[in-house]
Parts: sequence; C-alpha cells; structure tokens
Amino acid sequence: MSERYSRQELFAPIGKEGQAKISAKHVLIIGAGALGTGNAEALVRAGVGKLTIVDRDYVEWSNLQRQQLYSEDDAQKRLPKAVAAKQRLDRVNSEVVIEAIVSDANVEELENIVQKTKPDIIIDATDNFETRMIINDVACKYRIPWIYGACVGSYGISYAFLPGKTPCFNCLLETVPIGGLTCDTAGIISPAVQMVVAYQVAEALKLLVEDEQSLRGKLVSFDLWSNQHSAIRVDQVKKEDCPSCGTNATYPYLSYEMQTKTAVLCGRNSVQIRPAMKKEYDLQQLADLFANQGLPIEINPYLVSVAIGEQRLVVFRDGRALIHGTKDIQEAKTIYHRYLG
Amino acid sequence: MELIINGEVIRVPEHVQTVDGLLAHFQLNHKIAIVELNGNIIQKQEYQATALCNGDRVEIVHFVGGG
Repeated sequence: MSERYSRQELFAPIGKEGQAKISAKHVLIIGAGALGTGNAEALVRAGVGKLTIVDRDYVEWSNLQRQQLYSEDDAQKRLPKAVAAKQRLDRVNSEVVIEAIVSDANVEELENIVQKTKPDIIIDATDNFETRMIINDVACKYRIPWIYGACVGSYGISYAFLPGKTPCFNCLLETVPIGGLTCDTAGIISPAVQMVVAYQVAEALKLLVEDEQSLRGKLVSFDLWSNQHSAIRVDQVKKEDCPSCGTNATYPYLSYEMQTKTAVLCGRNSVQIRPAMKKEYDLQQLADLFANQGLPIEINPYLVSVAIGEQRLVVFRDGRALIHGTKDIQEAKTIYHRYLG
Repeated sequence: MELIINGEVIRVPEHVQTVDGLLAHFQLNHKIAIVELNGNIIQKQEYQATALCNGDRVEIVHFVGGG
C-alpha cells in the first residue's frame, strides 16, 4: 500500500509531507456530472482523506460519453449519480472516505453540509450560474476556498477563489447571466471537460498541500477546437463594496428573495419554476436553439413550448417556466438548468 | 485594424472601434466577459467608451455555465 502514492510523493512540490496533508483533508464536490466525476476520480486516486459529492440527478445514456465514473449498467438502472459515483470511487481507492449525498445543492442543503462536514475546499462541478452564486456566498461566509470550472462545446474556463484574498465570483460577474449555452443545447466534447478538470485538480492539489504561492492566480480559458487560450490576472477586479465578499457582505444569494422558487401544480402533473430575478428572454432565439437540436417547438408572442421526451418545457418571456409531465421538483430543476443554463 | 487578441493577430472590420463593438463582433455582447486591454482590465460600464487602436493587445475570457 505504501507504493500507492510513490509517484506523487516523488514529485518534489508534494513529497511525503504533502501527501500526509492531502490524506488529512476533506474536499466537497458540488455536482457529479462530467466535471464532478473527473475531479472526484483524480482526487480519490491522489489519496484525499475524505470526499463528499452532491448531486440531484441520475445516470442517463447521454452521460456516458464524458462522465467517466459511470457505466452502461448505471444508466440502465438509472442510479442516482452520487450513488453510482461512490460505488466506483470505493473500488478505485478504498482508503478514501466517500460520502454520497443525493440532493439538490440549494442554499439550505449547502449551508448544512458545510457546517456539518467543514470541507477544506469546495470544487464547483455544477451546470448553472445560480448554484455557483450560492457556492460563492457560502464560500465567502465560511471562508472556504472554491474552484470554479465550467465548459461547453470545446470551450472551458477555470479560476480558484480564495475568500479574503482574490476577488469573488460576484466581483467578476456582477450579475447572473441569462440564457447561456449549456452542454444540452450546444454539446460538449470530453477533452474540454478533461482540460477544465486538469486546471481544477492542479489548483486543488496546491491548496491541499498548502502551497498557495504556486496557485495560478489567473482566470484561464481555452477553446480546444479553435485553438485559443487566454489568461487574465483579475486581482484588480476585487470590489470593497461587493455584497458577497466586501467589507459589509450580506451574502445576497443565501437570502430567500434571491432563490429560485418552485411549486408543484396540483392536479396538473407539472412543476413551476420561477427564477429570483426577472429575466428578459428573446423567445425566438430560444426557440431556434431548441429547434437546432431537432426538438419539436411551438412559439407564440408570450411563450415557447418544447417537447423533451416525456416532458414539456414551457418558458415565458420573464424566465418563468412550467415543466409538464412531472411532479418531481428535482427532475423539473434538472430539465430547467439543462436547457436554460 | 489589427489587434492581438488572446495572443493572435486578428484583423477586425473598420466598424469595430470600441471594446463594446469588439465583443459584439465576436457575438460575446450578451455574455459576461472579462476584458483586458494592454494589461488593464476594463470595467463593464466602460466598454462603450473604451476605444481600440491598431496593435492593441486584448485578452477576452467569457463565462460559461456548463459542466
């Protein structure tokens, strides 16, 4: 067993001392999709002490092209991703304590997990901006470093946020973008995932061995198909009056008003999703995006309706959505974020 | 004019005069991006007023949500 980490210990910046630190640390991964499974496998193989992975979704056939911990068997059984991930990770490295949480990473759940398990770092492997804003506020409030990673198509982006030191996600974005492309609307190739995973895991290892001065410190992005790469030092974007990380932080994304509201519509087999902030969708653009994927759509001046398998997603101009064909809020949220970002 | 965008020399059409125009040219105007011009980050509210000159070095990173 002592051979297990020998090659990692031979790497001078880690060494035996670094390996001991890694094995005493706890990492929380939010999301068990492409980025989540990639990060989880790498960190479990690296011998992190404990890993908690949170996901609300189950394994589907369309996941297998890039979500590296899952097999056909998992898709056939529609196993929850967190459960299927744990099963595989336990076999990869039985020394690591792996906790699987099948749940929506909402404010309450995230604050609970963080208070209870006190993770050393949080890895973002979610598929939407809203959850990232929640992770950012939780990370700022409890002063936990977190590593942003995202990808779509052949493009990817990553940055390590250190509360109190770097700007935060809210400093950089200022607002939650609407209607961005998602892996379910614009596709995704696995090397883009793996590249983001590589950036995230490298920064995670530096943090785990407490080698902060080696952190990249730059917002990095790449496009593996158009062969572009960019990196920007963003220190100067840190805002003293930022509501998430400034001197008088209020953590706005943890408040009730800023949360997405959901409701099961009785007797209609439908779930309503109402985003916290009103959005202004270009319905025609949205309809074209759906039509490009061969999904049957209907559009009128007020809404777009699109059939997705057994369900139907109806989006109003202000971002409110109805998901027909389910009473399950988790399932409805999954569909909403997949197609609307 | 010619700009060095993300390390590559790129010729942009004459009508592209500002950071705002450049983002629109690359269809990034509806996305949230961080723009660095000759080593300085340009605030979002300054995009329209910030003029570009031949040979400027521009770095653009736009945010995506997938994962």
